[in-house]
Formats: sequence, C-alpha cells, structure tokens
Amino acid sequence: MTTTPQPPRITDIGPPAYDKFLPPIVKKNYGLWKYHENVAPGVLCHVAESGDKLYTVRAASPRILAVQTIRKFCALADKYCGGYLRFTSRNNVEFLLTDPAKIAPLKAELTQLGFPVGGTNNSISNIVHTQGWVHCHSAATDASGLVKSVMDALCDRFTQENLPAKLRIAVACCLNMCGAVHCSDIAILGVHRMPPKIQHALLSKSCEVPTLIASCPTGAIRPATVDGKNSVEVIPEQCMYCGNCYTVCPAMTMNDPEHDGLSIWVGGKVSNARSTPKFTKLAVPFLPNNPPRWPEVVEAVTKIVDVYASHARKYERVGEWIERVGWPKFFELTGFEFTRYHIDDFKHAGLSYARSAQIRY
Amino acid sequence: MAESNNGNGKPKTELLDELEKGPWPSFVKEIKAACEGSDGPKDLLGQLELSYQEKKGHWKHGGLVGVLGYGGGVIGRYSDVPEQFPKVAHFHTIRVNQPAGWFYTTEALRTVCDIWEKRGSGLTNMHGSTGDLVLLGTTTDQLEPTFQELAHAGFDLGGSGSDMRTPSCCLGMARCEWACYDTMKLCYDLTMDYQDELHRPAFPYKFKIKCAGCPNDCVASIARSDLSIIGTWKDEIQQDDAEVAKYAAAGMNIQRDVCGLCPTKCMEWDGKKLTISNAECTRCMHCINVMPKALRPGKERGACILIGSKAPIVQGALLSSVLVPFIPAEELKETVKELITRLWEFWDEYGKARERIGELIQRIGMPAFLDGIGLEPAPEMVSAPRDNPFIFFQPDQGGEK
Repeated sequence: MTTTPQPPRITDIGPPAYDKFLPPIVKKNYGLWKYHENVAPGVLCHVAESGDKLYTVRAASPRILAVQTIRKFCALADKYCGGYLRFTSRNNVEFLLTDPAKIAPLKAELTQLGFPVGGTNNSISNIVHTQGWVHCHSAATDASGLVKSVMDALCDRFTQENLPAKLRIAVACCLNMCGAVHCSDIAILGVHRMPPKIQHALLSKSCEVPTLIASCPTGAIRPATVDGKNSVEVIPEQCMYCGNCYTVCPAMTMNDPEHDGLSIWVGGKVSNARSTPKFTKLAVPFLPNNPPRWPEVVEAVTKIVDVYASHARKYERVGEWIERVGWPKFFELTGFEFTRYHIDDFKHAGLSYARSAQIRY
Repeated sequence: MAESNNGNGKPKTELLDELEKGPWPSFVKEIKAACEGSDGPKDLLGQLELSYQEKKGHWKHGGLVGVLGYGGGVIGRYSDVPEQFPKVAHFHTIRVNQPAGWFYTTEALRTVCDIWEKRGSGLTNMHGSTGDLVLLGTTTDQLEPTFQELAHAGFDLGGSGSDMRTPSCCLGMARCEWACYDTMKLCYDLTMDYQDELHRPAFPYKFKIKCAGCPNDCVASIARSDLSIIGTWKDEIQQDDAEVAKYAAAGMNIQRDVCGLCPTKCMEWDGKKLTISNAECTRCMHCINVMPKALRPGKERGACILIGSKAPIVQGALLSSVLVPFIPAEELKETVKELITRLWEFWDEYGKARERIGELIQRIGMPAFLDGIGLEPAPEMVSAPRDNPFIFFQPDQGGEK
C-alpha cells in the first residue's frame, strides 16, 4: 500500500473555457472576421477587419486516432502554428497559420505522414460515421472499414474541389443512426432484415416484459409464455427490424451475418442554402455486407458521385439536382433498380406519392 | 477462428491488413500504433478480425458502469468472446466534454494523451458524433482514476443516457465572418449552467443542444439536436457594390449563379447593380456563400430557435421545426434558458420513457405543446396552415371537451 495522499476529488467543472485554447490571432480578431477566400483545396484564408490574415490547412483523419498520431499532429502544430490546432465537425484536423510561407511545407509533411489535405468547398469532406464492429453492440456492419474503402476510392474528390457543390457522405451501422445519415448527400446505412431472435432464457432473467412490449414502434411484440416462463413473441409481418427492442432488452438479438447488410440513401442536406434541409431518400435497398472492402458499396457510391459530378449544375447539391431532373432520371442514370421497397409504406406513406400528372418523359 | 498470436505477440489480421493499403488514412494503422502503448488494442484487433470473418459484431449489450456521483459520461462495453480476447473483456468508452469549436493547445492535448495512454487503450475518436472527445476502451477499475486525472487537467466528462448530452457548436466568431451570435460562448455558458443535467440523467430520454452561427448550419443542428439554435439576422444584407462588380468582372455569372438560385427570387442583377428585396429574403445564405467579399449578413443579428430533430429511433426521423423565429443576440442566453426551463418541465411531466421531445410534440400536437410551454402560435412555425378540416376546437370556443 502506498501512502501517497490523494488529491481532492473534483467534479462538475465542465469543459475548458471556450476561449482558453484559442490562438492569439483568433483571440485578437474574435467576432471581427470580414471575409474569406479559397487559396487551394484544403486551404482557406480568413481576413479580419484589422487586415490580419488567418490561413487554415485542413487534413483528413480516420476519426479513430491513436495517441501516437495525435502527438504527431501536436508536433506539427508546435512547428507551424505556435502550439494550437483544432478539429472539425467531420473529423478533419485543422492547422491555423499566420505565415503563408508555411503552408507548403506543412502540406508536404501532412501528405508525407499519410493525411491528405483537402475537404474544403466543392469537395467530398471526411465521412461522418459511427463505431461499428470496432466498439458497438448493435452494429450491422463496420463503419471504419466502409469509410476507409469508400474514401480510398474517392480520395481525389477530397483533395480536389471539382464537384458542382459540396458533397457530404455519412455512414451509420444501424437504424439508431448515431452518424445522422438521414440528412447527407449520400448515406450508407447498415440494416437488419430479420426479426429479433429471442433468447427466452436470458429474457426472463434480464428484461422487463411491459417495457419491452412498449418499446416496439409498430406493436409487433406481445406477451407469451415459453417453457412456463414469461417471455414475448414477435409478429414477423409487423417488424421492420429497427432494433429498438434490442436496445431495451439484450435478449432480442438482431445480429445476423446472413441477412445483415447495407442500404444506400441520397439527396439529404442540413444547410438552408437555396433549398430547405432535406432527408435522404432510398437509392439502393440492400447490398451485401462484404468486408474487408465492401466492393458493392464502393461501386454504388462511386457511381452516384460520378453521375452527379457529370450531370448536376454548378452549386446544386445531390438532392437539388435530383429534384430538378426527377427521380426516374436518377434511377436511369445510375442504373439502380427501382423496386417496391422504394415506395413508402410506413406511417405518412402517402406524402411521397406523386399526386399530379406532371411527369418528365 | 481468429488466431490470437502471430508469433510476435500481435494477432493475425489478414482481413484488416487489407485496410492498411490505399491513400486514405487507415484506422487499422491507428489501432496497430496504439498496440505499442497498451495491451487492449491487440485484443481489439483480434476481435475485430473475428467480426470481419464472421460478419458479426462481438460486443455485448452495454452495462451500468460509471464514475462516482455521475450517471453519464461512460458507456459500458463488454466483449462476448472474453476468453479469446481477455484484454477487451471490458473495454468501456469515456466521453470527454470537448472544448468549444474543438480548439486545443498542444499542451492540453498531450496531457489528455498521456493520461489515456496510462489509463486506457490510447485509442480515441476526434471526435464522436455528438461532439465529445471519445476515449475508446478501458477497464472498470480505471474509470475513476481517468476521470480524476482529466478533471485535474481541466477536462470533465460529457453526457450519455437520458441526460442533456454534451452541447456542441460551430467555431462561430473564432474564424467565421457569418457568425450571427457567439456560438462558442453560448454553448459554453449553457454547458456550465446545466452541469447537473449533463452528468446526472433524469430526463425521459436524451436532449441535445447545438449552436450554429448561421443558416449554413455546419454543426447540423437542424438534423441532430432537440434544440437547434441557428444564427440569422433581421435587417438588410450588407452589400458592397464595388466588390459585386469585381465578382462580375472576374467572370461570375451573377444572374444565373446568384439571382437564378435565390429561393425567393428576391434579387435582380441588371448587369451593373445588384438589387436585393430584403423583405422577401429568407436568409438562406446562398448569395452570401457565393460572394463572401461582396455580401454579408445584416447587422441586427440573433438566432432562430427550432425544436425536435432526431434520428429515426423510435418513431421516425425528424428535422427541427421553428419555435421562436428570432431572438436578438444580446437576449439569446437569457431567453434560451427561460425556454429550456419550460421545455424540460413540460417534457418531464408528459414525456413517456424514451420519448424525445420531438416525438412528444408529434404525439400530442404542436398546439397542445405550445399551450403547455406558454408560447403563442406564429405563422413562421408552419410551412403552411393545416389543409384538413379535422379541428379540435377548445371548450371556450364551441368545443365539447
């Protein structure tokens, strides 16, 4: 036993103060920025009312970062940025410079370390994604592997700004959508396709049956007695495999290697620019879970990006382009099959039915 | 079966090794790098390889773990193959409340790295979907020491479970000319004022707050937060005609690319002068995005408050909808806090278990919700008035209830 006195216990201190880690040029010009210019892909220049210029160099990260890599970023920030750096809402790392002469050497070092510079303006920025098999209990697929596979194929779209508008991709491993894929230009969503397999012995020990029944959004779960013990049964026709029951009761297992897979969604956005924010819509209902490279998913996403890049007008996001040319054209150009699954049959389904004779021929 | 030994202490990972190739940064390389400082990542690699072989996850359903006095901030994670991979038998996540705008000094970041290398796997997410700095994988006995070492370094835990989740914001005034209010300060102030709600889950379900400085909404507040605070302005777009002319001279097709894409068609370009009918402008940001040197948000700035967005679980995805069309920047904190008090009181009383506030509004209807929180209806709240005649008239207006 050591007798080292314990430091006093601290709680509820909250995060570091919002202005504690700001570089001096940011502190000086806080709230006083005038405009910005695009210097090169991955490089922005913000100009303050004072005339000060702040250069941002943005590089990709794999989101999962070892402390060893974070320390490499820190070494670059010490060398080029006076010891300051930041991350973006899409898992990119950003270096803020005051001396434009340092941009080129910093870019060279980042590229040398394997972190592409880009993700600004009309490019594909980093993919927002979830934990997947790396660290989640309800994942139908692995997010990190999907992201790596898709971005290996689309890396040039990150380092160049040659798309009609910005393009945002997200990956979520199940319908919980921690990656909020419901509003991205292109979304990859892990799906289950079979009702939960009920572990009756575990259920009677570890779950409250009324809570479990209440958790089902479609009322597909009802009480049942199995081997003399309280349990439940699932009405298969009413189950849409959302997995909410599994979240409240571990005995409702969803993982199913044979039937789990991916769906592809398109046309969502969160920005209010031009058109209002939109949900993503179904493009491909099911693709197989095919690690480690998911070639079917990579092919489908690349197809959408290529068709969009060659057909959309300047400034049109994916959803805005599809609305202009029409969904029939989208399916024709991408070659994706339009199936019964594309027509909504859940709540409020009729809202998406075409109720006019306005048709493009 | 994944072999847990490759002769050099590292697991055999033929499938994952494939993901070390290619131009995009590799998460497999990151996990392998972390193997240098800790044992957990080796077994993580082994278990992940097994998942890649079997196309199946190997984490068990969560579990109640945490630090003393907090109900949130730690996500319990247990392997379902612990005999095979004992170093990830428990491999919990710690959410650390990120600094506003994700700014760091290298000194602070290195301190976090040193603590995490000593106490956990050395693997992180920079950052998680809600915004937290995520520390990925440690054992139950390390949770409290990690927490206290972080606290002494000036960091606290974020939210999890049915609490106020860690608020997040865009970098706003720190680098962006479009910030219509101080997102980082408001986000920080709200986080500090609601520490109890952040650390001790007492709500029907999670509650997320996101502060976006302008309608471009770089933090996706309208899609991902129960309370979306989106900066906007009331007066006229600031216009610099000389700079407009420069964009035109540089070859910009102002008629097609600016006026033609304006959603309200409130702009005219006669080849020399851009005229904006500000009364019809919806503050969408397109023209400002395209000509940042010539056009800027107005000077009478503040925010629009929207409520209720969420991902699909349980009843379906929602985007936030307008609750308060405009609050001046200088009144924002006080008014938002007053509003939050009313929202939480009502939700606490009427929300069902695991019902987000947006789903509560869907269930009872926005009019009843407005009655409940004492807010007057406003036409900005709807895209159009109702188109059905099935109206629930109130008792004092002829209804029978």
